[in-house]
Formats: sequence, structure tokens, C-alpha cells
Amino acid sequence: MSPRETASLAALTGDARLRRRRMLNHGMEALATLAALAAVAVLALVIGSVLLKGIGAINLDFFIHSEVPFGQTGGGIANAIVGTVVLVALASLMAIPVGILIGIHTSEFARPRTSAAVRFALDILNGVPTIVTGIFIFGLLVVGNQQSGWAGATALAIVMLPIVARAAQEVLTLVPSTLKEGALALGATRWRSVVRIVLPTAAGGLITGALLAVARVAGETAPLLFTSSIISTTGVSTNPGHALTSIPVRIFELTEGYSSNERAQAWAAALLLIVAVLALNLLARWLYRRASPASSMGTRVR
Amino acid sequence: MTADGHTDRAALTSEQDRKTTLSADLPTAQPAPSATAPAERPSATATQARSVSLRELRAFYGREEQLKGIDLEFEANQVTAIIGPSGCGKSTMIRCINRMHEEIPGARAEGRVLLDGTDVYDPSVDVVAVRRMIGMVFQKANPFPTMSIFDNVASGLRLTGRRRDLDLRVEQALRGAGLWDEVSSRLSEPGVSLSGGQQQRLCIARSLAVEPEVILMDEPCSALDPIATLKIEELIDQLKQQITIVIVTHNMQQAARVADRTAFMLGGELVEVGPTGRIFTNPNDPRTEEYVTGKFG
Repeated sequence: MSPRETASLAALTGDARLRRRRMLNHGMEALATLAALAAVAVLALVIGSVLLKGIGAINLDFFIHSEVPFGQTGGGIANAIVGTVVLVALASLMAIPVGILIGIHTSEFARPRTSAAVRFALDILNGVPTIVTGIFIFGLLVVGNQQSGWAGATALAIVMLPIVARAAQEVLTLVPSTLKEGALALGATRWRSVVRIVLPTAAGGLITGALLAVARVAGETAPLLFTSSIISTTGVSTNPGHALTSIPVRIFELTEGYSSNERAQAWAAALLLIVAVLALNLLARWLYRRASPASSMGTRVR
Repeated sequence: MTADGHTDRAALTSEQDRKTTLSADLPTAQPAPSATAPAERPSATATQARSVSLRELRAFYGREEQLKGIDLEFEANQVTAIIGPSGCGKSTMIRCINRMHEEIPGARAEGRVLLDGTDVYDPSVDVVAVRRMIGMVFQKANPFPTMSIFDNVASGLRLTGRRRDLDLRVEQALRGAGLWDEVSSRLSEPGVSLSGGQQQRLCIARSLAVEPEVILMDEPCSALDPIATLKIEELIDQLKQQITIVIVTHNMQQAARVADRTAFMLGGELVEVGPTGRIFTNPNDPRTEEYVTGKFG
């Protein structure tokens, strides 16, 4: 090679500094990949261990029977399952309409400053530790009274509200104003155009928000600890007038149980809860993709 | 106020007008609540077109004055085109006619808009009733995405609480919009599955279904290809026999083809209005002449 070629080759292929830089790049890439794998691994570990430890106690009795008196084996969490369903249903009845109305307020009636303030308040509410919410409702509804399903459901509703409301706000403001204009120009009243045109157009996102909120509170323990945990009657009950047991609270109790049977049931209940929450989340995602703007609005290419 | 005016005001202020026949326009007739009215109504000739008069109409966006005092007449059963450069206030003006302008936050209008003698801005007038009588077709077709073709056309009727004879009225509206032959076999398909031109005709059908007496069109063909545009222009020519039409267009050839009268606007003011032929061949105002000969805009 000529001197010139040698010099140029040296300049381009480099030296120790280049090798160090390459190693650093590869190192960073490896580290980042490991971190991502760790996240997946943790999830797999959690689900895996719950699955392994809980699957043994899953049987028909588990779903059909309620707890058995102290000392006996067998029994299940039927009352907790029913209790969770009742509590979450009542909480949904309270939180979902209010959340949607908040979304309507933001998209239809509020000035930008007002809606920004409401968003801020909702975000703060979302961040309130659920045990604080539990204590609040305890002080409001239980003190001087007794625990009840209503109190528990109210506490859960407060946890649900910001999730539903924020989702509603996002999704309703995304509805194109051309649609609202079209409805108004036909001679519809404001309210009718919201109910008949805007809400159905945003339905996918609203349902998703509701499902995510349900998935969140189905597993919340703290709001129920003080409001709906001391059960006076064993066996399935649907009466929210007195405290109703729930899956998360039951897990809490079973974990401290004396017999290995009870502890095994705790794992099984945890498994049930994870599966239910996972299913709800997947359902919410699937629904959202189905009803997303890309598929339902806009012309099909002909 | 004439008896006709009384009838108009009653129609505009009635909140129970779901049973009021708007076609009871005979000078001595009062709007008669009648459950059989829609069935008695013969097909396309039921609505009676009305004239619209703008008297010193001003429009504001916040503090900014967009329309600076417009006096303009739109004759019944005629097509009037509004032409002018971008930003001259054409769209603002027609939105003031059906009171859509005030839906924009901070926007307001002053002056009078007379529908056959009744001021639609009068405090006793129900804005919702105004919009039932004055329909609007927008620049970009906006069919409701969650609804089928049938439901789209019927939406105006359902939203205004008139649910009788939906099948019949939807068919009439689709025929009136020249769309029936193309969609009669697939009424349950989504409204958004139609082509652009068909969607716009669907929106026209949707407006026609509520049987307005005036239709405002805001550049309805600007997003369409020439063939779709031609179909809509033919439609306008037929519709004017029953309805008064005001069309905003930036396309002067379209105005020349379609309109009986043309109004030229500039900077929020009405410069000139007259028969279309005269406006384009022998305008009075030099600004009009400059615009129609393409010197600006």
C-alpha cells in the first residue's frame, strides 16, 4: 500500500479507543435487554408461583362453598366471590355514570381552564393511597354505624371514578366536532346530540375505561379493610346492608390462617384474582382496538 | 305582522312542533297538531320554500368583527351563490343564518335574519326549531360513523323526535338526493362505507329527511371529484323547486352553472349581488370585476 492508503486505513479502522467505544455500545445494549427481560421475568415469576401454589386448591368446592368452621377442612371462597361481584357492581353503578358525565362536562360545556382544573383534581384523586380513601369512608359511613357493603362499594367507587372520568374525558374530546356540528345542524338539542351521537361514537373508549376501572378495584384491599371486612354471617350473602366479604380481604385473612388448607386457599384465591384481572385487561384492550377510530371512522378504501 | 308571520313564529317557537305540520302555511291556517300529518303529506312537494333576509348582520369572534353589516335577500325557490376570496366571511355568514355561528365559543352575531318575516334571532324563537327549518351541508361530508346508511338518513328525524313512517321518509330523502338507486339494496351498511361523493349526497339526504325549507351549503363539492360534483349540481337544480338554496363556493364556474343569483363578498362586506349572468359578465363594482376575472382571490 502507498503511504496515503496506509494512513487512510489507519484513520478509518481506528485504535483502542474505537474498540472501547464498541464494547461500551454492546454493553449498554446488553444491559438494556437484560432490564427488559427482567421485567418479563418478574411477571412470569409472580404468575408462575401463584399458579403453582394455587392450582392445587382449585376445585369445584372452592367455587361453590363458603368458609367452613374453624378446624374443618374443605370449604371455599364462594361468599368472597359473590361479595366481590356485589361490591364491584355497586361501585360501578356509582362511579361509571358520574365518570361519563364528567367526561361530557369536559367535552361539551367546560371552558379550557375549568376542564384543566377538573383533570388536575382527578389526577390527584387517582394518586390518593387507597387506604386513605378507606379511612375516609370509614370515618364518614362506618363510625357510629356499622360496616356495610354500601360503605365498601362507596370507597371502591371513589377509586374507580378518576379512571373512568379521565378515560371519558380523553375519548369524548376525541370525537370530531364535525359530528357534533352535523347533529346540531339537523335541529337536535345539545343533550340529544350528546346522547345519540357523541356517546355512541365514543362507546369503545368508554367501555374500555370502565373495564379498566373494574379490573383495578376488583383487587383492592385497603378500601375494604375498614369498611367491609368484619363479617357477621358466613355463607353467601348479597345484602350490602351489612359487611360483605371480598376476594382480596379473604386472601388477607386466609394467609394468616392456621391450617395449610387455608393458606393453600389463599394462593388459589390469588390465582383466581390474577386470572380475572388479566382477562378484564385483555378484554378492555381488545375492545378498544376494535372500536378505535382507525376502524370505525373514515371511509373504507374502495 | 301578517298572519303568515304569526304562523312562522308559532312554528319557530313551538317546542311541541313534532306534531306541527310546517306545510300549513296558508295565511289563515294555524299549525295544527296532528298525529296523521306526516302520512297525509304528499311526497316531494310538501315543504314550502321560504325566503331569507339578512338585515345589518354582524358577526364577531370574540372582539374581532368578521361580518360588518350585511343586507342581503335570498329569494324563495332560488339558488343563491356566495363567492369571494378566502376569509371574506362567506362561511361565517351562512352559519349565522341557521344560528350555528353561536355554537363556537366566544362567537356572537348581531342584526336580524328574517325567515319569511320572522327574525330567527328573536329571543322567543327556539334555535332548535330554526335549525329544523334551515338545514346545512358541510364542506366535508360528515355521516355518523356508528350508523348505517338508513340510520344516517333517519338520524335527523329520530333526533328531532319524529319517528313515524321512517321507511317512507328515508326513501323519499334518498330519492331526493339522487342516491336511492345506488344504495337501496344496502341500507344497513355503514354510512362511511360509501365513496366521498356518495357520502356527501348521504348528508344531503339526511338534511332533506327533516324537510327543511332552506338548505345552506358550505362549499359542498370542494372535496369531491368532477363527476361527483356534477351529480350534486344536478341535484341542486332539482331541489330548488321545493327548497331555497344558498351555496357558498370558491369555484366561480360552479356558481355560474348552478346559481340564479350570485353575491360577492370581500373583507366581511357584501360588495355586490345580482343575477348570476350579470355578475359574471357585467358587474357594477370594479372589485367584483377584478375577482371574477381572476385578478385576485
